[in-house]
Amino acid sequence: MAGGILLLVVAFLILESWPAFQDIGPARFFTDQDWYPTERLYLLTPMLWGTLWATLGSIVLAAPLGILSAIFCHYYAPPLLATWYRRLIELLAGIPSVVYGFWGLVVLVPVIGQLHPPGPSLLAGILVLFLMILPTIMLVAHASFAKVPLSYIHSAMALGLGRWAMIRNVLLPTARAGLFTGILLGIARALGETMAILMVCGNVVQTPSNLFDPIRTLTANIALEMAYALGDHRSALFVSGLLLMGMVVVFVVMAEGLQYRKLDDTAR
Amino acid sequence: MTPQDSNLQERCGTLIAWGAAGSVTMAFLWLLGDLLWHGLSHISWTFLVSAPRNAGREGGIGPILVSTGLIVGICMAVAFPIGLGTAIFLAEYTRDDRPMGRLLRGSLDVLAGVPSIVFGLFGNALFCQALGLGFSIASGGLTLACMVLPILIRTTEEGFRAIPLDQRLSAAALGLSRQTTVWAILLPAAIPGLLVGSILGLGRAFAETAALIFTSGYVDRMPESLMDSGRALSVHIYDLAMNVAGGNPNAYATAVVLVGLLVLINLLASWIAERWTTANHLPA
Repeated sequence: MAGGILLLVVAFLILESWPAFQDIGPARFFTDQDWYPTERLYLLTPMLWGTLWATLGSIVLAAPLGILSAIFCHYYAPPLLATWYRRLIELLAGIPSVVYGFWGLVVLVPVIGQLHPPGPSLLAGILVLFLMILPTIMLVAHASFAKVPLSYIHSAMALGLGRWAMIRNVLLPTARAGLFTGILLGIARALGETMAILMVCGNVVQTPSNLFDPIRTLTANIALEMAYALGDHRSALFVSGLLLMGMVVVFVVMAEGLQYRKLDDTAR
Repeated sequence: MTPQDSNLQERCGTLIAWGAAGSVTMAFLWLLGDLLWHGLSHISWTFLVSAPRNAGREGGIGPILVSTGLIVGICMAVAFPIGLGTAIFLAEYTRDDRPMGRLLRGSLDVLAGVPSIVFGLFGNALFCQALGLGFSIASGGLTLACMVLPILIRTTEEGFRAIPLDQRLSAAALGLSRQTTVWAILLPAAIPGLLVGSILGLGRAFAETAALIFTSGYVDRMPESLMDSGRALSVHIYDLAMNVAGGNPNAYATAVVLVGLLVLINLLASWIAERWTTANHLPA
């Protein structure tokens, strides 16, 4: 049944985007001058860059902080504080993206606007995405640190290693696969995120040249134009949906692959 | 490396770990504090039951709560039986190494990763247009049902797998058929897992926005039937913040209501999960 639904999703995406492939052709999504669907110009690359830069920026911030948070929880914090800290992060993992977006819109965007107008920008998007994917990365990292055999930690202590040395030389390499899985899942979530990005990024179709430029991502483009899109324009949006799904699937499959590899490692 | 060097490194490490955790906590407290500070003062009983006026700037969220409830209700009513069936199949009728089980599990993982906006596109194409349901609560609920299935199935399956093998063997020794075993013995034992799965699915359905914009629509009137368009809480926040100037106070209040609901849902799930694990550890 679930497999059927996946097939159905893919089938409908392809079915609806087929007219675009026939009438427009795949090449024009990358070679047209601009994105003006009413003038029959369908360039997707600025949106693609917007998506990629926002994802990259948020992951660069969230990966180290997420992993450090997990380390803090396991090896530095007093037990009571660690429990509360984890509860806080779990709570945040459950907050809907539209609430993050709303907070970004009313709090972050004005602050950024004072630093460097206009305000709605790639930077705002990166910061909001960073807060959204941090819980994912932290919780997966937390789980994979918990799986490090206790004997490793005991041996490291018996060798007289300090806490930081132990973390750097013993724990990080052991938990590596789990950490990467968390990061890949974070990337998948950042790529597919719509509402928060839509609310804080300004939604101007352009390839960003610096952090303060407004951008529009693929997801935001679908959300903005789906309401009135007809004909080839509608199909073009389904094409971008297909593209997004493809990217996300690659990352999810990679994350799964890593987990299987980890199992093999422990079996050996 | 001299002892002094490693000492310095240790200090830096401690500092970095505390600093990272501290800054993360600050950011999140800022977010939550801001929501509560601006939102709590607007929430009252009248806000919860009255209809939005003046495009949502004034009035409450009564009809929106009703629409949200209906959408999520349809979603769970559809997803629950399908999810339960698939979970039983995965846990009891296939083995991990069979191609069928692997294929199903793989597609579930992929389905769990599909962005919600893509589900929105799919729901719009299938339910609104191909099946002719239009922008309606029914389309929204069905789209969400597809979305929550993976999490529902995963948690329920784990519930079934946590049942000790002894129970299956004893049932077989008593000459019970496979079907009787599943329905009379395993299902009651797996109810906590099923509950946790449903509650988590419920939470995901409540939080969803992107998939609902083009499936259940924007209309903020009290819905008269399932074929009416209805606005969900999350869509209401989005609309107030983006399209309605001066809608922020009510958007804050709606956000607090939504987050409050989700916190309740998650607390319920973890409470059940905790009781369930302690019950499993009791001596038989």
